[in-house]
Amino acid sequence: MTRRRHFTLGEIFAVPLLLAIVTIVGLVAALLGDGWLDTLSWAGLAIPALVIPWALIRRRA
Amino acid sequence: MSSGAVKVWYLVHKWTSLVCTLFLLMLCITGLPLIFHEEIDHLLEGERPLPAVEAGAPSKTLEDALDTALARFPGTIPLFMSFDEDQPVVNVTTGPRPRSTVDEMNFISIHRPTAEPVRTPDDEGVMHFILQLHTDMFLGLGGELFLGFMGFLFFVAIVSGVVVYAPFMRKLRFGTVRVSRNSRAKWLDTHNLLGIVTLMWASVVGLTGVVNTLSTPLVDLWRADQLSEMVAPYEGKPVPTAFSSLDDAVATAMAAAPGTTPQFVAFPGVRFSSNHHYAVWLRGATPATKQLHTPALIDAETGALTEMRSMPWYMTVLRLSQPLHFGDYGGLPMKVLWALLDIAAIVILGSGLYLWLARRSLPAPGTRHAHEELLPQAGPAE
Repeated sequence: MTRRRHFTLGEIFAVPLLLAIVTIVGLVAALLGDGWLDTLSWAGLAIPALVIPWALIRRRA
Repeated sequence: MSSGAVKVWYLVHKWTSLVCTLFLLMLCITGLPLIFHEEIDHLLEGERPLPAVEAGAPSKTLEDALDTALARFPGTIPLFMSFDEDQPVVNVTTGPRPRSTVDEMNFISIHRPTAEPVRTPDDEGVMHFILQLHTDMFLGLGGELFLGFMGFLFFVAIVSGVVVYAPFMRKLRFGTVRVSRNSRAKWLDTHNLLGIVTLMWASVVGLTGVVNTLSTPLVDLWRADQLSEMVAPYEGKPVPTAFSSLDDAVATAMAAAPGTTPQFVAFPGVRFSSNHHYAVWLRGATPATKQLHTPALIDAETGALTEMRSMPWYMTVLRLSQPLHFGDYGGLPMKVLWALLDIAAIVILGSGLYLWLARRSLPAPGTRHAHEELLPQAGPAE
């Protein structure tokens, strides 16, 4: 991975920002009701939880 | 960002983290079983058996339940009656006087249809110990506020951590974990990865935890700010000697706020009521409105509705901070995810501590290249 260019702030924070939005949607969804809102909430919290093993396996360097 | 600014943010991250890490580790570790306290309690104690209800027998009233409680604890007066969500059970707290201390209070659970006593939830066992440790380390309000301050430092550590994340990641793709270099690089990358991924969850759980530690002062504020206004016309009146019907009071309150169910009743003179009123605290039906209790004040002499008003914003924040801190509002899958994210937080705290400790065994500062790839690289290099 010889990359001369440095990442910009936008590139560095794109994925983290997306994950933060997904998380907050997940946290709020289940507050508003049950049923599909609970399912949405599980998805919102599962995505950050799954990114961790994904990175540990696929982004080893 | 200038290298000076990065250095300052780095120092903020280092010191706020160092101060709060051990306490946060305790909170994350004790929090883990607490996420599942309902399941664990159920496992340890089993389902609470309820008396059989005779077919056709008239259901007992709340007054009957109260009589059962007062017969059990003679010479005391009722302070609170709370309503179970899952079973037809009310819990009555009594004490020698309206402002009894917690130690003086008696607690009994009563089956509503039969007004017979049933088993009370265990407040002695290991889960209770863990909860006390997690809430105030057995130090009361002082301990609670101290942990609140640790939670605030944790949030500052998260924010400063996000700032110093950027210079670390200038040359690394998101999620990169350099396992082949050395142990420090591996743990640094893991710390950064877990930290940035759990950022929002950790911030919300941390800040709502801080708000929860402010519960006592916030209730005092509500009493001074709102309750005193609501009951001003009754100021100076003594606690009535004969009370109007409790059942009617609850019915009047529910009629005034359709779609709600009672959460608890505070009897005249206690902290959550006035000297002259039943305060019937009502809850809504959704997970969010369930938390937004509306107090209805019922004149304890005449049984008339005196006033009902929504909670002020700070009480709303306090109420909503509870589910958002506990993770108990989205079923078992949410609890499992909460636990996984909590474990990630434990790894973040542990790896942060390791990175600080391992730093000390490195060549002394000033030695060239000592920290080269370990400190964030400042500014637009080259």
